[in-house]
Amino acid sequence: MSGRNKNSNSLGKLGKSIFNISFYRGVVAIIASLIFWEFAARVHLPVIGMIPAPSAVAGSLSSLIFTGYYWESWYVSFERVFSGFVMAQIIGIPVGLLMGMSRKFRDLGFPILEVLRPIPPLAWVPASVIFWPTPQMSMVFVTFLGAFFTTVLNILGGVSNIDIRYIRSARSFGASNKDIFWRIVLPATLPSLCTGMTVGMGITWEVVVAAEMIASRSGLGFLTWRSYVAGDYPVIVIGMISIGIAGYISSSIIRLLSGRATPWLKII
Amino acid sequence: METKGNGNAASGRMVIDSISKSYGMGPLRQKVIQDCSFTLEPGKLTVLIGPSGCGKTTIINLLAGYEEIETGSISIDGKPVKGPGGDRLVVFQETALFPWMTLMQNVTFGPRMRGGRNSREIEGDALSLLQKVGLGDFRDKYPTQLSGGMQRRAELVRALINSPRVMMMDEPFRGLDAMTRELMQEYYIRLFEEHRITNLFVTSEIEEAIFLADRLVIMSYRPAQVRTVMEINLPRPREFSMLTSKEYLQYKKDALEILHEEAMKAFSTGTATCVADFLEAYSEIEEKK
Ligand SMILES: Nc1ncnc2c1ncn2[C@@H]1O[C@H](COP(=O)(O)OP(=O)(O)O)[C@@H](O)[C@H]1O
Ligand SMILES: [Mg+2]
Repeated sequence: MSGRNKNSNSLGKLGKSIFNISFYRGVVAIIASLIFWEFAARVHLPVIGMIPAPSAVAGSLSSLIFTGYYWESWYVSFERVFSGFVMAQIIGIPVGLLMGMSRKFRDLGFPILEVLRPIPPLAWVPASVIFWPTPQMSMVFVTFLGAFFTTVLNILGGVSNIDIRYIRSARSFGASNKDIFWRIVLPATLPSLCTGMTVGMGITWEVVVAAEMIASRSGLGFLTWRSYVAGDYPVIVIGMISIGIAGYISSSIIRLLSGRATPWLKII
Repeated sequence: METKGNGNAASGRMVIDSISKSYGMGPLRQKVIQDCSFTLEPGKLTVLIGPSGCGKTTIINLLAGYEEIETGSISIDGKPVKGPGGDRLVVFQETALFPWMTLMQNVTFGPRMRGGRNSREIEGDALSLLQKVGLGDFRDKYPTQLSGGMQRRAELVRALINSPRVMMMDEPFRGLDAMTRELMQEYYIRLFEEHRITNLFVTSEIEEAIFLADRLVIMSYRPAQVRTVMEINLPRPREFSMLTSKEYLQYKKDALEILHEEAMKAFSTGTATCVADFLEAYSEIEEKK
């Protein structure tokens, strides 16, 4: 029995060392592509040579980084993403749970959900700009939609897939309805919720950037678009990479929280 | 362990009187259990044996109160069974430990839900039971970190700590390898002989059935009825060495004769798939005979 234990420990170490090798490989790959990209830009290779060289981007960045405009773009986009995302969870989690646990709510809600869900969030932009009093609210709303459906559907799936035997044994052990909700239904649904949140976070960034390009005068999406209009090509690249980093930070936060919330899934 | 729960060796008499159960709608409706009667005697281990698909899990679900009977009655110590209750606990066919709880949290779930005792006391009881089945060092592990045999032992303990009047085990050792299975039978029989809680043990393995049983209930094929009840008067504590005793072999021979008869009956009256199922379930046993 302790042998099994040791085994899983050494597997953990193996996992870590693989992670280290992967990490260094990743660094090497990034450096190599930067060098290739610089070279391509200098000798004007077709297509890829049209992109501003890393040196030009770095030059641009060194001045942009000291402007309030750049950091404000970060802040504004983050604010939109997180407001929309958090609202989507606050409303989506109870809706998903209600639909999952009550046949009546499922019958009522599911058709509506299935009609609204295929509409891409961006198709909501014109309508929401008209409906909401401020552009900020319409941006947040569109972002909200991006995460809302994913959360509801994942929770719904999670609740309906709960093994009936968990609920049955809990009942036999004397658990009340309240206990069954908090100690069985909720933790059993948590992994699906985490999956939903990871996917939803990805969608909100896609949505917010596109929406900012169409209907906003601020944020990382707008920064990228404006640089294109102004012909400031290095800043386009900075905008794109910033969006990538912002998305990565956001999904890392979700992954971290998910791992904390579901400790029993990490160790297998 | 103290018996602070509902049970003690003198209670836990369950009377199952001509119960029936069907599944499906309209033309697909089929009777799974028909007029099935047997009794669980207090402090005795009753083994229910029958081929897979004959309705053993269904019977457990009915006894546990998870599903409703159509006709007949089920009572425990004179009171009719209505819905699930802590007096009848089930160890399911596959592990049903809550994956999001540690071993300790799983085992103490029942006592915590019933309330009335402080958690240090409960954990003390849990730990001594876990130690008894060799799981003392694993109290803070999650179920997925345990082997199949360890999960089964944990589940035994999770039920036992509540001192139910009746414990129902639905093919609990199925799917374990032969060595682990034998070890589990040993843990199980020791716990039973020590606590003497009324037990219903479901299996499709004849050797396991006779080794464990005070009373053997042999099921017919669908719709399931009780075919025969055999009293197994082997001495307790049971030892694996009894598997070669003359009495044991006689019981086995008698049981196999009945099971073979059932297979033949299914052959002459049943549908093709039903016969195939039945023969598959017993071909191995027939060969040994
Ligand atoms: N919830 C259910 N709905 C429909 N049919 C069921 C249900 N549960 C069991 N059955 C059917 O009842 C029969 C007996 O099943 P079960 O009690 O699981 O048998 P066993 O445990 O002996 O293998 C099987 O044919 C199975 O398909
Ligand atoms: Mg079964």
